[in-house]
Amino acid sequence: MSSETSQRTTERGRIRVSGFDVDRVESREPLSSWEPDLQSEAGRGRLEYAWMRFKRNRLALFGATTIAFMVLLAVFSRPIQLPSSFPVLAGQTVQPFSLAPADPAAQDVITGYREPTLENLLAWPSAGLYLFGADWAGRDILSRVMYGGRWSLSIGFIAVAMALLVGVPLGSVAGYYGGKVDELIMRLVDLLYAFPFIVLAIAVIAVLGRGYWEMILALVVVGWLPYARIIRGEILSVKENEYVTAAKALGSRDRSIITRHILPNAMAPVIVQATLSIGTTVLVAAALGFIGLGLSPASAEWGVMLNVEQDAIARGRWWAGLFPGLAIFVFVMAINLVGDGVRDAFDPQGDQTDTDTGGLR
Amino acid sequence: MSLQRFVLKRGLITVPLLLGISLLTFGMVHAIPGDPIDFITLFTELDPQTEMEIRAEYGLDQPVYIQYIDWVTSAATGDFGRSIITRDPVTSEIMERLPYTLVMGIMAFGVTLVTAIPTGVIAAYYRDTKIDQASRVFALLGIAVPNFLLGLLLLLVFASWLDLFPILPPTSKGILSYDMLVYTLLPAITIGTGSTALLMRLMRSSMVEELDKDYVRTARAKGLPERTVVQKHVLRNSLISVVTVAAIQVAFIISGSVVVEIVFSYPGIGRLLVNRVGNRDFPVIQAIVLLIGVAVILANFVADVLYAYLDPRIRY
Repeated sequence: MSSETSQRTTERGRIRVSGFDVDRVESREPLSSWEPDLQSEAGRGRLEYAWMRFKRNRLALFGATTIAFMVLLAVFSRPIQLPSSFPVLAGQTVQPFSLAPADPAAQDVITGYREPTLENLLAWPSAGLYLFGADWAGRDILSRVMYGGRWSLSIGFIAVAMALLVGVPLGSVAGYYGGKVDELIMRLVDLLYAFPFIVLAIAVIAVLGRGYWEMILALVVVGWLPYARIIRGEILSVKENEYVTAAKALGSRDRSIITRHILPNAMAPVIVQATLSIGTTVLVAAALGFIGLGLSPASAEWGVMLNVEQDAIARGRWWAGLFPGLAIFVFVMAINLVGDGVRDAFDPQGDQTDTDTGGLR
Repeated sequence: MSLQRFVLKRGLITVPLLLGISLLTFGMVHAIPGDPIDFITLFTELDPQTEMEIRAEYGLDQPVYIQYIDWVTSAATGDFGRSIITRDPVTSEIMERLPYTLVMGIMAFGVTLVTAIPTGVIAAYYRDTKIDQASRVFALLGIAVPNFLLGLLLLLVFASWLDLFPILPPTSKGILSYDMLVYTLLPAITIGTGSTALLMRLMRSSMVEELDKDYVRTARAKGLPERTVVQKHVLRNSLISVVTVAAIQVAFIISGSVVVEIVFSYPGIGRLLVNRVGNRDFPVIQAIVLLIGVAVILANFVADVLYAYLDPRIRY
């Protein structure tokens, strides 16, 4: 423990109780609902240190800026209107900006493909349209790539968040209680790990059918595994610490021990994994879109855009696929840089030049 | 523990795993809401007589556990029933395409080994120089680039612009024909790029670790040529860690093949799987998913045994 209070003991040779303020324990009102909260402060301190180190990592900051830029482009590409069934502000426009030069669905089937030209690029922004060319239906590819980020990115972020919500509790329970629960959960994890990421996702889609939420669910079914494994391992090593024994001795309930004392100290590798997983998830989601098991062919999701144009690309219409493909590549690259930065920030002693697989299997 | 006992003990762990994945793949169909018969009849109205016949043919008139036992026992003998779409036996459909995927996978594995090990060794030996930096950049790019984009770009450059390969695979000539083998290089390189990026960095870090050990200093101190030190001492020891990730590589290549076979219209089982998911042809889907699960479990088993053979310490 880094806090100075941890050095104090009331008695020598006894269990060295660390992580909470001995004076406050002794002087507290016996019936007050005081709970030791220094542990969470220590956890925050660690986060602050990590943030300080992260801020100095230029590559990671570059990655974070890129992601922020892509998210902003996706959000402000077209106005957002809430559906009329929405409980508040039904049918209102909550986001009036429209950065995309054209409606991503606006077609010009008669002209069809348009190659991006240098003159067009130099005339920007006055010409605006067809900077990246147009696809088979004459739709402006730049607008579609900007707008398509809404699908690709939201799938990545939502699926990872949901996978965390499944994996962290299950892993915590397995690690903390051990025994039969642990066996059950971890054997299930082993079992699902026998299938490569995308194969399991395909199997889930075979059962559920295609669609936005179906795809997210498929990615969650596969995505929670690493978190359960990591958090269980961390908890096994953290739960033997004296401050956990102390919290138990003070009569804390299991739930508060897990959420207030164990999890904050076991979260670092989970955060690292989650960051890298966003990239993997976006990659797999795009791959599912590409093999035709993702969103509908009309949507501007990046993988789907490549799927629709695959023959055209192989036969020389490079622009139809290059730009959505580059969007995926740049995003995954940026998130991997951030993930590496996060890992170095939490674990400055680690081998900093080693690249992680990011959960790719 | 002797190696035989280790193999036996490790083998026993795979049995419940194999049972588990068979349960999961079998359970897939029953996880769908509704009656499984609808996926066979494609929701057409049937007279009760025909419906009974179809139920009997697919064993759907039996209780679920009997269905499972029937399915597993016939699957163990290589019988997965008939495809709902083509009415052909599933096994023959798979066997027709399996050689293509196997050849592509072996080629991809070869591409990975041939490129990743030397580059990893060089990056470790010239650690923290420009060469090492370049290998790091390549690894970052190789992991982030979607394999389908890479495949399409290879097709664009080598098939469309340079005209070195046909755009569609010369499937009619069979997998072992010269043309087909040459064509298979493209998907193999596509898959191999991603796994090279992973393996190269792993090779580098395990090599760096070995280079710092005392026996390396001893070998140098007794005047061995640098080449001998690296090749005979360091490389051999650091190759052990390559074996441990061989199973991950197999899984990586399988998942890569599913997507890349679509890019190259390659007649393998990955493309079969994807096509049949679109048609909800469950006998075929189940067979392929089970096959992949078994392959990954076996790869893990083989990798563990190899590791135990190469490094006796881990048997205990």
